Amino acid sequence: MARLLSLHDAIEELVHDGDTVAMEGFTHLIPFAAGHEMVRQRKRDLTLVRMTPDLVYDQLIGMGCVRRLVFSWGGNPGVGSLHRFRDAVERGWPQPLEIEEHSHAAMAAAYAAGAGGLPCAILDGYLGSDLVRVNPNIRSIRCPFTGRALAAVPAIRPDVTIVHAQRADREGNVLIEGIVGVQKEAVLAAGRAIVTVEEVVERLRPPSPNSVVLPGWTVAAVAVAPGGARPSYAHGYYRRDNAFYTAWDAISRDRERFAAWMREHVLSGPEGPP
Amino acid sequence: MTAEHTASEMMTIAAARALTNDDVCFVGIGAPSAACNLARLTHAPGITLVYESGTLATRPDVLPLSIGDGELCETALTTVSVPEMFAYWLQGHRITIGFLGGAQIDRFANLNSTVIGPYAEPRTRLPGGGGAPEIATSCRQVFVIMSQTARSFVSEVDFVTSFGHGTGGDDRRRRGITTAGPTLVVTDLCTLRPEPGTMELVVTSMHEGTTRADVEASTGWPVRFADRLEVTPPPAEVELSTLRELQARTAAAHRGGS
Repeated sequence: MARLLSLHDAIEELVHDGDTVAMEGFTHLIPFAAGHEMVRQRKRDLTLVRMTPDLVYDQLIGMGCVRRLVFSWGGNPGVGSLHRFRDAVERGWPQPLEIEEHSHAAMAAAYAAGAGGLPCAILDGYLGSDLVRVNPNIRSIRCPFTGRALAAVPAIRPDVTIVHAQRADREGNVLIEGIVGVQKEAVLAAGRAIVTVEEVVERLRPPSPNSVVLPGWTVAAVAVAPGGARPSYAHGYYRRDNAFYTAWDAISRDRERFAAWMREHVLSGPEGPP
Repeated sequence: MTAEHTASEMMTIAAARALTNDDVCFVGIGAPSAACNLARLTHAPGITLVYESGTLATRPDVLPLSIGDGELCETALTTVSVPEMFAYWLQGHRITIGFLGGAQIDRFANLNSTVIGPYAEPRTRLPGGGGAPEIATSCRQVFVIMSQTARSFVSEVDFVTSFGHGTGGDDRRRRGITTAGPTLVVTDLCTLRPEPGTMELVVTSMHEGTTRADVEASTGWPVRFADRLEVTPPPAEVELSTLRELQARTAAAHRGGS
């Protein structure tokens, strides 16, 4: 059964310097509050895994928490670059960033392999792509039945997966609705999982027998963090703050302005961005 | 007479016209999303739009800023997980048309959305491939939408993120790729298609007001023109007004924030 912890205590106890951490949520339900808590606790030398690094990893990279990034699309959706990510890759600021770059299809398959206890994922992918040349973790395997060549990538097995969800009950059973992304696979692939939620309720009441529910015994800790996905969104609770995503371009472009924003909105208090 | 239109509007409208009611499109954000929804709101009301966030058969009222805006899920027939989207729907060959773009394209429609300069020490680190490497090989065919400049239409891409026709000819088949790959490239100046046999992109239709010299100056290789070069019909009133209304609704929605 998951323990109900404060966000501070969950991050302090379960995320360690040097860990491999996956924070998932495909555009939707991105665990910003947890990311900000990691910044406040000055976690270091992390390997971060995420299909779409988004603003939350831009912030962690810019604050010097990250040594290595495993990802498949590192932009600000519909806006342009992630400037802190670019600054780290292009100029090594605030520290050099190692990258392991995949495609979405491969990362999704690698999470599913991790959840399913397999050492690797196979896919009909990467055909003709130069990603094969720059990422030694993209290899080829032959189907033992047909002889067909397929791509293989290692399963993703994070030390910790962190996701945000709409709600949990007191046993720590978690309901995820809307664009469910790769969160279930990321949680089940991990050594331990933290779920931040909009609210804890007496009865979970999944709207359908097929709703995406993470049983409490697959989750190490549940932490209440209302608004914890802002400026991304929580289906049924609040909408994506597209204006903030657009504004982030100018905030993050400049090192000083980025640092000032993080001081004001993240380091100074427990609440997330406006 | 049609109201005056921009080159970018012509690009979106020309791409929309290439879509049919029976298509199942894997839609990217930006210009592809505009083109697909314009087709849905005009001549192809039954078109199926799929976004990689897992939303199947979505009918957004405004264009999403991201690939996973709530609007997409709320108006979808159903929403599946991301591993299911890539494994069953894309890899399972359920998609007829995939839309791609990039920072660079070469004469064989290979696309770069990864880096400008060497990979290890890039001059510009771009967002990367995302879904593109498999969209390029798993969809029945690929349409490309890109603004055409000498910097983006290059003789050689710095990095092949998404495979087009490789070095031309039957390079796709030799690599075991069974799908058609890029069959259409729509720009703000013209449309290009791969020439049967060589698979080199040639200009097949010029947008009104564009000259051969314009296209040549905006292409980093000695671009060729089809023998029977067409002129792209200018936007019809309904195409232009539908696109502008869609973009006005979108701008208003994205200004709102939370």
